[in-house]
Amino acid sequence: MKEVGVKWYSPGRIIVYAVLVIMTFLSLFPFYWMLVIGSNHTSAINKFPPAMVPGGSFIENAQKVFSNIDFFAAIGNSVIASTAITVTVLFFSSLSGFAFAKLHFKGRKFWFLFVLATMMVPAQLGIIPQYMIMSKLGWINSLNAVVIPSMVSAFGVFWMRQYISATIPDELIDAGRIDGCSNFRLYWSITLPSIRPALATLGLITFMGVWNDFLWPLVVLKERSVQTIQIALRTLNGAYYTDYAMILNGTFLATLPILIVFLLFSKQFIAGLTEGSIK
Amino acid sequence: MSTNVGVEKGKQSLAVPKQKRFTKQSTKDNISGYLYISPFFILFSIFGVFPIFYTAYISFFKWPILGAKEFVGIQNYQMLFTDPTFWKALGNTFSIWVISTIPQLFLALILAVILNQAFLKGKQFFRLAAFLPNITSLVAVAIIFDAIFGEKYGILNYALSVFGLDPFNWKGSYFGTHIAIASMVMWRWMGYNAIIYLAALQSIPKDLYEAATIDGASKTQQFFKITIPMIRPMIIFTVILSTIGGMQIFTEPLMFSGGGGGPLKQGLTLTFYLYEEAFVRNSFGYASAIAWVLFLIIILFSIVNQFITSRIKSAD
Repeated sequence: MKEVGVKWYSPGRIIVYAVLVIMTFLSLFPFYWMLVIGSNHTSAINKFPPAMVPGGSFIENAQKVFSNIDFFAAIGNSVIASTAITVTVLFFSSLSGFAFAKLHFKGRKFWFLFVLATMMVPAQLGIIPQYMIMSKLGWINSLNAVVIPSMVSAFGVFWMRQYISATIPDELIDAGRIDGCSNFRLYWSITLPSIRPALATLGLITFMGVWNDFLWPLVVLKERSVQTIQIALRTLNGAYYTDYAMILNGTFLATLPILIVFLLFSKQFIAGLTEGSIK
Repeated sequence: MSTNVGVEKGKQSLAVPKQKRFTKQSTKDNISGYLYISPFFILFSIFGVFPIFYTAYISFFKWPILGAKEFVGIQNYQMLFTDPTFWKALGNTFSIWVISTIPQLFLALILAVILNQAFLKGKQFFRLAAFLPNITSLVAVAIIFDAIFGEKYGILNYALSVFGLDPFNWKGSYFGTHIAIASMVMWRWMGYNAIIYLAALQSIPKDLYEAATIDGASKTQQFFKITIPMIRPMIIFTVILSTIGGMQIFTEPLMFSGGGGGPLKQGLTLTFYLYEEAFVRNSFGYASAIAWVLFLIIILFSIVNQFITSRIKSAD
């Protein structure tokens, strides 16, 4: 790819790298700043000039977080809700996606358009009746209220349908049929193993979405024992807003799990995102 | 209901293997097709479709959480249009959306073009760095930016003081609050949109540019005559998503400005107002009217967006 006659230090290239370095700085600075404040004593932050490097009070601040909110229970609730939703979304989305991509049932175009149209409807629109339903079912203050309505996802169905259409050739399905596969076998044994990259990407998007969700859990999870980590963070921020060191420490601890999950899968995730959006 | 029927039919065809050959493939596809898509439609009917229409129903009532419900016709809507708080919330939502979305999408496009340069080293790292803010939760973003924009000890005001400027009360003014919230949105979404644009850029066939270069087109001409028209679908996609997201902004203003949207209601957005009416003041009827107006605004915006972005193509 070497271009002849263009030196690495040409003005255009210097500008490009300069822009990228600034971008990287702006992207990473808030993470760094979270660590700086979260690891310093409050007195070191509340002065001019403020502390600019991580300090030695990280554990002390973390202990304050643990005594103010039930941090691990909240993380546990978030893990349960995110995992349950991710597993069901992956199953139902790939199953529907398979049906929309490979089964010639009547009205499939209409129903697929219907799925697409539902993606345009804002989630808040039905929040009041949704709350009433959860009340009637006795699911206020239960993770059911968060998990059950989110077990399916229009975006997931769309994503899987696109991926299966593009990657599984019809010949493969026909060959399976000749060998006597039922439709479910075609889905389970032929389609599912070939769409692992799409499942990984959708799984990560779903997991992060549930982990970071705020409005709906805020409405239905009022008791502290069932709150997800985001709601617990809000409690921490609302009740003890003067202790920035402790709050930012809690925020850092709450961001850490999702950061680790993301960094583990990041390569596949960004590749999947760019691939999926083209199709 | 439909699930049960489907399952029984499925069992029948399994129970009679000899006849299986004679069950037409189209019949089997119809049965399993509807069976497989039914979970989505069943759950969506209960938790999606029903609530939408029931919201419309509630919006015609005075509906306290306890006590008698009273049919009031379109009174909630009439109240809404004469309610200064509603107009304030609409203005705030719109202002934050404009400040956050328009510069963000322009910058994302520039960033995508830069990330797409062939000579670039460390592509993987820069993409990751651009995308990383998107994984943090809205609550976390709001808390971090709250610390950055703090009046007394915020790093931003410290940076201003280094340049000899007075500290600015970001939380206490419309301008400051909107800028702070818009910067949270930009920080979290710019890299995401850049990655989406990058994907579109990479799908443009290289020979288009080669042909254009041979014909003597400059880089700028190539950008406006090839690049922009080719990635138009992705531009439309990001504009629609940013609009829907921007109209529903809630977490950032709630965390940044606190209950009521601050002393001037400078952080009160439409969804924030809806939330407070419904779940703080428990007036479900009025909140439902807000929900429907918000929905109509989003539809209106989507149509306007469609109109504007469709001109991108006709421009070439």
